[in-house]
Amino acid sequence: MTDRISIMCVSGMHERIQMAAMTAATGSVSGMDISIFLSMNALPYFVKGRDATPPHEGEMGELMASKNVPPFKQLIEQAKELGGAKVYACSMAMDVLEVSEDDLDEVLDGPLGLTRFLSDASGGQILVF
Amino acid sequence: MSEENVKVVDARGSFCPGPLMELISNMKQIEVGDVLELLSTDKGSVADVPDWVNKVGHEMVATEEKDGVWHIRVRKTK
Repeated sequence: MTDRISIMCVSGMHERIQMAAMTAATGSVSGMDISIFLSMNALPYFVKGRDATPPHEGEMGELMASKNVPPFKQLIEQAKELGGAKVYACSMAMDVLEVSEDDLDEVLDGPLGLTRFLSDASGGQILVF
Repeated sequence: MSEENVKVVDARGSFCPGPLMELISNMKQIEVGDVLELLSTDKGSVADVPDWVNKVGHEMVATEEKDGVWHIRVRKTK
């Protein structure tokens, strides 16, 4: 049976988005069924034309910025390409931001409602970052 | 001398999960039976790569450290 991990990424802090991306990348290439749901302060970093660099929360974020740590967006792309992960934008957060599907970063698979995300997550684990 | 077909993937300087992702990306491009040698300075790779290899069913060939660089050899089996 395939393990399912549903990742809710809601923080706008670099370290948390990075950890969500690391989990998605390593989980998906290990045969796990991974979905990422981007909402709240995380979503703006996946909207075209907006600042794509979230601020650091603390020391780790500052250190990572000065070292050769894989960028979170690259990890999410690899999670999709190498492990078949799916990445969705919270439709509520899109409404609040007043953005359409065309405004979303290419790495996203599209909008999704929380009800559907939770329904798909049923029986697996939900991780929140 | 080995007659194996070995492809070297240089991931020195990259941090977790960079080396593992580079290994997997390159695994897709080689033939079954070929060997990848991952060069990594990330100590976590020494545990992560064998875990991944065992999980997905490839074959660990060897792991050794030379001058602070880990050389991790993996054979593609499928």
